[in-house]
Amino acid sequence: MKELVGSMGIGTATYWILAKELRAELRTRELLHTTLVFVLLVVVLFSFTFEPTREESRRYGPGLLWLALLFAGSLMLQPSFVREQNNDTLSALRLAPIAPFSIFLGKALANFLFLTVAELLLLPIFAALYDVTILPVLGEILVVLALGTAGMVTTGTVFAAIGAQARMRELLLPLLLLPLLVPVLIASVTATASLLAQEPAMDWTAMKFLIGFDVIYLAASALLFEFLLED
Amino acid sequence: MHRNGIHRSRLVGTLAVAALMGIAGYAIFFLAPTERTMGEIQRIFYFHVASAWTAFLAFFLVFVANLSYLVRRRPVWDQLAVSAAEVGIAFCTVVLLTGPIWAKPVWGIWWTWDARLTSTFVLWLLYVGYLLLRSLVEDPTRRAVTSAVFGIFAFLDVPIVYMSIRWWRTQHPAPVIAGGEGSGLDPTMWRVLLVCLAALVALLVLLLRQRFRLEQLHSELEDLRLRISANPGNRF
Repeated sequence: MKELVGSMGIGTATYWILAKELRAELRTRELLHTTLVFVLLVVVLFSFTFEPTREESRRYGPGLLWLALLFAGSLMLQPSFVREQNNDTLSALRLAPIAPFSIFLGKALANFLFLTVAELLLLPIFAALYDVTILPVLGEILVVLALGTAGMVTTGTVFAAIGAQARMRELLLPLLLLPLLVPVLIASVTATASLLAQEPAMDWTAMKFLIGFDVIYLAASALLFEFLLED
Repeated sequence: MHRNGIHRSRLVGTLAVAALMGIAGYAIFFLAPTERTMGEIQRIFYFHVASAWTAFLAFFLVFVANLSYLVRRRPVWDQLAVSAAEVGIAFCTVVLLTGPIWAKPVWGIWWTWDARLTSTFVLWLLYVGYLLLRSLVEDPTRRAVTSAVFGIFAFLDVPIVYMSIRWWRTQHPAPVIAGGEGSGLDPTMWRVLLVCLAALVALLVLLLRQRFRLEQLHSELEDLRLRISANPGNRF
């Protein structure tokens, strides 16, 4: 058994899990569709809570964007493990001769890609609806989005594995995840706001902070994830 | 005989904590000097700050118990974790309630979105989430494992939340104790604070012991129930 466990490297195993997740999602695209509609809905609903004129949108825009993404993330990460339960495929994954961490990595990467696609589709719509100019700082905004999303996805994938074992899991995941993501929300909004300001600037403290958050929780997931796969 | 011994030690413990709380109350109202600018209302400080430190101690215990459970897999660590989390939330609630009572007359507002206030609030939410998670997982071992992992994630988040709010969201004066230049506490005030801290930590130990014993009885009962439902023919 020992030799079998070592038979596939973490990289290869992660690749296969990721490929499986993408294939399953591309068959139905249900996750992407629901997330996208949800985010659009939130962005439209926000516009009714204040007067979305140019000055105000510059002040509130980054916050709205990130709140929408945070809510979307806390909903879209849920099926990550619940889907495995329907046909009891999680047992098969558990039995596979691969490192438990590669299951986490593959699923987290897949979730990262799904959320990123939703974000890329949302960004131009958001910019148009709230009259925010993003083109000159597009590259920087994408970096902030990537770092914030990585934080969301790392913790969210672990919590999805936790939530899948509980009752009322649809409600539970946001309740566990959102308070934990307060630092990600603050740092991402700060970084996005300084990019969308009159004189755009990169907030390096916020960027380093986000990287720190991602690294800490990636390490914690590497250490703790395998406990969640026990039967 | 054994039962009686337990009852007696519990009674002695309870009386000792009650006496300590009385002494703390006396010290707050009769020994501590009246603060120059804030006046009488500042006396809430002793319970407020001591409760905060006690709550942090309790949450630290949760973290240690979570780690120990994952390493050792003994149910006692899980029982300690849930007990400490519940008692910690009680102390944390005291902090969140006494804070606004103090803030209203002094700052003129009930709440300000300052680093310490906000991170205490987030901390409270995280541990309420911890208890919520526990109440929603049926199987005892799964409950212990999932909540231990969540507890560790939550504890790691506390300093990160604090720093993020301190760097980007604070518009409010520096801490009084150990806040750098110009901060500091009158020596008598320090002594009263330490008496309060001793009283509240004693209360923490008392509540923790009680809650821990309750949790042990609870899991014993859960075990019996599971065993009965496993062989329905074997009823008592």
